[in-house]
Amino acid sequence: MIDLRDTEREAAFREQARTWLRANVPSGLSSGDTREGFAEHLAWERLLHASGWAVVSWPREYGGRAASLWEWLIFEEEYYAAGGPHRVTQNGIFLLAPTLFEFGTKEQQDRILPRMAAAEDVWCQGWSEPGVGSDLAAITSRAVRDEGGAGWRLTGQKTWTTRGAFCTHLFGLFRTDPAASRHGGLTYFLVPLHAEGVTVRGFGRLDGDEGFAEVFFDEVFVPDTDVLGGVHEGWRVAMATTGSERGPILRAPGRFLAAADRLVALARERGASPRLRERVVRAWVGAQAYRLFTLHQVSGVLDDAAPGARSSLNKLYWSELDIALHETAQELLGADAALEQPWSKGFQFSLGGPIYAGTNEIQRTIVAERVLGLPRS
Amino acid sequence: MRFSLTEDQVALRDAVRDLLAQTPAESVWDALARLGIFASAVPRADGGLGLSDVDLVPLLMEIGYAAPPHPVAETILAASLLAGDPRLGEVMSGERRVAVAGPDGLVPYGGDLVLVLDEAVRLVTPLSSTVERSVDPGRAILRARLPGGGVVSDDVPGTRRRADLASAAQLVGLGRRMLELTIAYVQTRQQFGVPVGSFQAVKHHCANALLELEFAAPAVLAAGWSLASRTADAARAVSMAALLAREAATRTARLAIQCHGAMGYTVEYELHRFAKRAWALSATIDIDEHLDRIAESLSLEGARP
Repeated sequence: MIDLRDTEREAAFREQARTWLRANVPSGLSSGDTREGFAEHLAWERLLHASGWAVVSWPREYGGRAASLWEWLIFEEEYYAAGGPHRVTQNGIFLLAPTLFEFGTKEQQDRILPRMAAAEDVWCQGWSEPGVGSDLAAITSRAVRDEGGAGWRLTGQKTWTTRGAFCTHLFGLFRTDPAASRHGGLTYFLVPLHAEGVTVRGFGRLDGDEGFAEVFFDEVFVPDTDVLGGVHEGWRVAMATTGSERGPILRAPGRFLAAADRLVALARERGASPRLRERVVRAWVGAQAYRLFTLHQVSGVLDDAAPGARSSLNKLYWSELDIALHETAQELLGADAALEQPWSKGFQFSLGGPIYAGTNEIQRTIVAERVLGLPRS
Repeated sequence: MRFSLTEDQVALRDAVRDLLAQTPAESVWDALARLGIFASAVPRADGGLGLSDVDLVPLLMEIGYAAPPHPVAETILAASLLAGDPRLGEVMSGERRVAVAGPDGLVPYGGDLVLVLDEAVRLVTPLSSTVERSVDPGRAILRARLPGGGVVSDDVPGTRRRADLASAAQLVGLGRRMLELTIAYVQTRQQFGVPVGSFQAVKHHCANALLELEFAAPAVLAAGWSLASRTADAARAVSMAALLAREAATRTARLAIQCHGAMGYTVEYELHRFAKRAWALSATIDIDEHLDRIAESLSLEGARP
């Protein structure tokens, strides 16, 4: 059935989240992609955790509220409507965690998830390499068996690692069987960045903040207990993570609904020409359409229709919507668009959307081949 | 929150889909009438199925998908307005086909009866008419002289919204049909020794069409729910649906024709029927009006001095 209103229980959850967030969301944090700003964001993450709002959809034993998917979407709406800052913990709580719930051992879950929820450990993603981006299965960083130590020795380089200079841990793909097929010889490892042999060098993203890092591995020891999923099974495990990255988990509609509302407020405040007014309306409609698409998708998930390759549709839509929202805001700002301010920062960040999590060119090909059934090239 | 079709909605949609797929064009109207389609939105007390606007959306998407040469959506809409009117019986049974008048007395499908939305909602019989040349051969257009009177409702905006919703739902169905034809074609058509559908440029056209259609469809369904539930923002929900569906369908038409190459540019192959229906229905959706309505709801009217 269709009923787009909150149930009584959902409305109560929304009210509770809204009340807490409005009273506690900090304002004026520095960019989470700088060292000082990251520390400020961590303080916020720890307050969220202490109050039970860090990971609402997780089981209670790991610091969550066992919220339903609907409640999780509601939380995201309220979080961004209250002006909540972007989550510096996102790659752990939204990407690694769902993968750990699916593939992790109980020991791994018990050891990793509570510290992740509390922002004591902060995770970054180690997939891309200097020579490997869209063609992820071509990675060359390798892991060699260390029999004596019951583990592996990792050697190689990862790059474009978001907030790698500030995070404590990395999850990444390494080649464990060079003789196997491209996809067959990969393993998913969990690595502390303070381990001996790891070197991290931060560098500037498009907006100049140190939001990127390259991570060097020189015979870094990782015990067997930090392999996620089976040895040589890394591709399958990594695909679960990308599903979270492209679909509604990493980028729930709340973020874009709030940006669209801010855009409308900006247009009212600054005034908009008919041309810009139309762009504001279209961007706002785009955010509503993304919300409705996601609600429909979540209903499907509850009816057992896993989104699968259709999560590439989410990714295509939110990434282009985000650019439209920010480009329009920058135009409304006129000469002020040249000043560094939240919209100019957001605009530059939005340009990464069609690149990270698999470029939109790759996503369109995935949609064509796996959703529409066109032949592989 | 919940956003899935009920079993009944799915069953009705599938029944209509099967019937349209299996029935030859010349008997589609009678077959739909036998299924009771024209009584679907008539209250149960008057002998109809009592379906709401949200129930109609999946059904109308199927009508769009099949693009029969008849005013199916319009007749369903008209029947739902005729409680207590002596013409109810002949409209809900499908004996009379009802068109919705466009501007200047243009009457699509050459309906027997014409629903006019001006100072009131009126159902009238044309006094006289001449045949116009129609872009869509499945949707003949007459220019008719229409009499006054015949008022069936004073809710002009509400009826306009339901008509727009019906067009939006059909446009999504038309878009799906065109994309489906395209997917089938590009897998068979070979150039350079391989199916053209293996080329990235063609794949990306298809992915873009799917993206637009998949984001329009939930908005159309949600607008149906808003109308049926009389939510405060129902008018805006319909405007969003109409805007998204119109643009998704017209862009899909463009991409479908392109991906078919010269085969898309001929009347010897069926794609043109769906593209032309999409263009004709799009012409009933006033994008400026919908953009203005949304802007107004956001207090953006005349934002600049």
